[in-house]
Amino acid sequence: MIQYLTNNHEVVLAALQQHIYLALLPILIGLVVALPIGYLGVRFPWFYHPLVNVCGVLYSIPSLALFVFLPVLLGTKILAPVNIVVALTIYTVALLARTVADGLRSVDPVITQSATAMGYRRLRRLFDVELPVALPVILAGLRVATVSNISLVSVGALIGVGGLGQLFTRGFQLFYLEPIIIGIILSVLLAGLADLIIVLVQRALTPWTRHQHGGGAA
Amino acid sequence: MNLSYLFDAAHWDLSAPGGIPQLILAHLGYVALALLIGTIIALPVGLFIGHTGRGSFIAINSGNAGRSLPTLGLLMLMVTLLGLGLTPVLIALTVLVIPPILTSAYAGMRTLDRGVIDAAKGMGMRPWQVLFKVEVPMALPVLMSGFRSAALQVVATATVAAAVGLSGLGRLLIDGLAVNDYSRVLAGAIVVAVLAVLLDLFLALVQRWIVSPGLTGRDQTRSRRATT
Repeated sequence: MIQYLTNNHEVVLAALQQHIYLALLPILIGLVVALPIGYLGVRFPWFYHPLVNVCGVLYSIPSLALFVFLPVLLGTKILAPVNIVVALTIYTVALLARTVADGLRSVDPVITQSATAMGYRRLRRLFDVELPVALPVILAGLRVATVSNISLVSVGALIGVGGLGQLFTRGFQLFYLEPIIIGIILSVLLAGLADLIIVLVQRALTPWTRHQHGGGAA
Repeated sequence: MNLSYLFDAAHWDLSAPGGIPQLILAHLGYVALALLIGTIIALPVGLFIGHTGRGSFIAINSGNAGRSLPTLGLLMLMVTLLGLGLTPVLIALTVLVIPPILTSAYAGMRTLDRGVIDAAKGMGMRPWQVLFKVEVPMALPVLMSGFRSAALQVVATATVAAAVGLSGLGRLLIDGLAVNDYSRVLAGAIVVAVLAVLLDLFLALVQRWIVSPGLTGRDQTRSRRATT
C-alpha cells in the first residue's frame, strides 16, 4: 500500500485534487442557488409543496443516468468535468432548497413577530434574524449534501471523470486492490474532514445552540 | 433529444434477453434482494438500540459513515476480492441500504412520546407487547421514510452493477456509452428515473396502508367529516 502510494503519488494527488474540486464547487453553487429558491417556498406558501415534490423527483434521478444524460441535454462533451459539476449541483439544490425552506419555516413566529415589531423590514429580518435562527437546520442539510457529493463524484469515473473514482476503475481493470483501497480511504477521510469543518463552522456561527442543549452534542 | 430507442417496440419485447422489460426485472431483483437483506440486518439492530437506548452512537454515526462510503469503490473492491457475480454486488448494495434503515428505526423509536409507553406498561403489557403493539406501530412513519430513502438510493445505485458485468438498467447506460448510442443511454436514464419515482409512490401507498390512521390524523378528518 505504502509502496503503491510512493510510486504513484502524483496520480493519487491529481485524483484527490480533482475530487475536491468536483465535489465542493457544486456545493458552493448549489447553496447560492438553493437559498433564494428555499426562501420563495416560505414566502409563497402555495409554492412549498410543488417545491418539495420537484426536489424529491430530481434527487431520485440516478447519478450515472444524470452524468451521461447531461451532455446530451447541454451539448457538452461527454468527458467534460462540467457534466459532473452540473449534475452534483442539481442534487445539491434539490436537497438544500427543501432544507432551507424547512429551516425558515421552523423559525418560531414569535421571533419573526418581535423582529417586525422592533422595526426590521422583510429583507433585513430575513438576513439578521430568520437565516441565523434557521442555520442549524440548513447546515445539517449542507452536511448531508457535502458528504453524499463527495461519495457520488467517484461514479463519474465510469464516464472518465471521477476524481478518486479513477483509482477504483484502474484497480478494477488491473485486478489490483491497492488503488481501490486507497481511493476508498481517501474518499471517506475527505468526507469526514468536510463534515467536521461544517460542524465547527456551525459551532462558531450558532453559539446559542450549545447553551440550550448543554454541551452542544447535537 | 433522440427517443427512438425508448419508443422502439422491439426493445420492449417481454422475452428478449436484453430487452427493457427483462432489464427492469433484473434491476428490481437486485433492489428487492438488497432491501430484504439490509432490512433483516438493520431493522432488529435499529429497534434494539431504539428500545433500550444502548449503543445509540452506532445508530447516529452509521448514517453518516454509510453516506461517505463510495459505493462504486466498495463494489469494485468486492468484485476484485470475490470475483465477478451477484454476491459482491449485493454486498455493496446492502451496505448502502443498512444505514438509512438502522438510523430511521432508531430515530422512530426515540422520538416516541414516553407517556404512551408508560401507559402501555401501566395497562399490563409485557415488554414484547409494548415493542410490537405500541412502539413499532408508532415508529412506522419515520421507519418507512428511512426505508423509502434507502429504496430510492438503491434503485439509483443498482445501475452501477452493469459496470461489473451484471444485468439491470445500467446495461443501457454502460452499453450505450460504449457504442456511442446516446438514444439508448437516454432510454436507460429515463426508465431508471421513472422506476425510482414509481417505486417511491408504491411505497408511499404501502405506508398509507400499514400506518395506523390514528397516527396520521386521517382518522380524525374522516370522523369530523362524518359528523358535519
